[in-house]
Amino acid sequence: MGKKLLLGDEAVAIGAIYAGLSGVYAYPGTPSTEITEFIQNNPLAKERGIHSRWCTNEKTAMEAALGMSYAGKRALVCMKHVGMNVCADAFVNSAITGVNGGLVVLAADDPSMHSSQNEQDSRFYADFAMIPVFEPSNQQEAYDMMADAFQLSESLKEPVMLRIVTRLAHSRAAVEVGEPKAENPLNVTRDSWVLLPGNARRKYVELIAKQPEMKKAADASLYNRCEKSATAPRIGVIACGIAYNYVKEVAGDDVNVLKISQYPLPEDQVMKLAQENDALLVAEDGQPVVEKAVKALVGAGYPVRGRLTGDLPRTGELTPDCVAIALGKPAGPSFEKAKNMAGRPPQLCQGCGHRDVYAALNEVLAGYPDYRIFGDIGCYTLGALPPFRALSSCVDMGASITMAKGAADAGFFPSVAVIGDSTFTHSGMTGLLDAVNDKSNITVVISDNLTTGMTGGQDSAGTNKYEAICVGLGVDPAHVRVVVPLPKNMPEITRVIKEEIEYEGVSVIIPRRECMQTLQRHLREARKNKK
Amino acid sequence: MKKDIILCGVGGQGILSIATIIGEAATKAGLNLKQAEVHGMSQRGGDVQSNLRLSTDTIWSDLIPLGKTDVVISMEPMEALRYLEYLAPDGTVVTSSKPFVNIPNYPDESQLKAELESLPSVVMLDIESVAMEVGNPRGANMVLLGMAAPYIGILSVEQLRDAIAVVFARKGDEVVNANLKAFDAGVSSTKSK
Repeated sequence: MGKKLLLGDEAVAIGAIYAGLSGVYAYPGTPSTEITEFIQNNPLAKERGIHSRWCTNEKTAMEAALGMSYAGKRALVCMKHVGMNVCADAFVNSAITGVNGGLVVLAADDPSMHSSQNEQDSRFYADFAMIPVFEPSNQQEAYDMMADAFQLSESLKEPVMLRIVTRLAHSRAAVEVGEPKAENPLNVTRDSWVLLPGNARRKYVELIAKQPEMKKAADASLYNRCEKSATAPRIGVIACGIAYNYVKEVAGDDVNVLKISQYPLPEDQVMKLAQENDALLVAEDGQPVVEKAVKALVGAGYPVRGRLTGDLPRTGELTPDCVAIALGKPAGPSFEKAKNMAGRPPQLCQGCGHRDVYAALNEVLAGYPDYRIFGDIGCYTLGALPPFRALSSCVDMGASITMAKGAADAGFFPSVAVIGDSTFTHSGMTGLLDAVNDKSNITVVISDNLTTGMTGGQDSAGTNKYEAICVGLGVDPAHVRVVVPLPKNMPEITRVIKEEIEYEGVSVIIPRRECMQTLQRHLREARKNKK
Repeated sequence: MKKDIILCGVGGQGILSIATIIGEAATKAGLNLKQAEVHGMSQRGGDVQSNLRLSTDTIWSDLIPLGKTDVVISMEPMEALRYLEYLAPDGTVVTSSKPFVNIPNYPDESQLKAELESLPSVVMLDIESVAMEVGNPRGANMVLLGMAAPYIGILSVEQLRDAIAVVFARKGDEVVNANLKAFDAGVSSTKSK
């Protein structure tokens, strides 16, 4: 097939399709979104009818992927790192049930929090669930590993994680692409996946019994290899995933390095590196997962440097510069930081409906001695920044409603939640049901722009269903109000907000107007079709 | 031979199209390439940048180390300065001279220009006006690419021209020619310096 210039995400996607994928299940989340988008637009995937429709959240995605695996086919589930929290129940238990068709869980971590609220490391989750991880160091490996991950998953009968980070997900390089494999035939398992205690205990023992096999696979993996230099200092560098690139960038061949791209940790290779050197340096993007494991492995007397010792920064993504410092390489000359410089944070688009929502909320709430707006995750989180400064919290998907409820339960008034349409169906609906059952005195604003805006305008699971969902969950239909967020409608919007805040109980206001980004895209497409 | 380039600007200014064209030219020329992009939240009117590395040898890091960037290509003058620490001592800044002010604390424009002009090698031009003059108001990014072309070096001006034709081919000859015209205007503005 030859070479293609691909983002890491795209390499993962085409790797999965060519490995005989039958379905991708995902909720959009930076930096993982482009994987599913690539599969949705790929001609072979379309021809084969590979499932690629967006899911409501990462948990429904994980469970559907497990169901496809149950039926014998290869399934991929993709998410950003915090999505692992949402699907954790299904994820951890999929290691207990085991799999039938290959199941790969793609976690895209975001060290430095370019577009996230934390920098949790998904390798901890894999360790917790006791399954293998592949961690590509470049786009080619991302492609190659997808086939290997499916194969390992089917030979172990366990899910396998593929962990990438932002700098790989969103970086392009040439990838040599092979020939596509056929999909698995339908082959529903006869094994019982009923995790009643009796079964679960047996299956947990089976999972533990597979650990030596997983370790053997990592020790023998071609992705884990040692490079030695006779002239390098006697410091063994353990370089995980893309950290290997930074080590090679600054040290070239003049380094003793163990490249790790497959887990569980290849302990024999680590011990050998320790024996051949006087100290170890662990370079890993994300949290000190391997550093902790290596410390425990080599014992207290042996020096292990890394993020925990301050040789590398404790937070943020690695850079060639911080790896150079850790390796004792002097920095070259460079300019000072510029003097005439100001931060330029992202902001809501001009004409965006969320702007009108915040303008109206701020106007109405200014009339109360104290108030709080609990925010949620999406473009509208930018309402926390000037000029609106409207939000007091943004924690996780759906937390706006439940936190507003908790504050109202404590007696606080007015307690307002702002949540986007896609975030509401992702994780807001259950919280709203709690509020209805408790008759909590909250006002929920579902700011509906008819899309998943933040990640670039993917379909939103509940479009055209929001009033029905809220009424179905038990919100009084008289207190489910729809407005059109435009400056000219400000008198009506502020009146509705005021009325619903004053209503004692759960009320929902749905300001609805299309996202400016998708609107422009739709207009462009309409013009093109006219031509 | 290698060339490390930072492309930068404000979200929505079209730096990724510039990256696509250089990427196309580099691929055709058989060069190795790595290009780290910014997706997600920052694209909404915030600062955006792309690290673009071209080389005849293996490229390891997706990120360019401090002090190693050969050319900073910027759609906006303050954004050009944001990556100053990454510029090589003998590197060049190629930038639009026209500020994009969407923040309340934008620095004083004359001081900003003075700081840019104090750099050893800088090329500044009002690319939007040039794009208007050649009848392609949306082609400011192509003017900028033209200005930068002589400094990219590892790819010839002709190779970049060919890549523009390939990248815009599906939009028709009219769009291709308008973009080539904007690109050529950029090239000649640098040459006339």
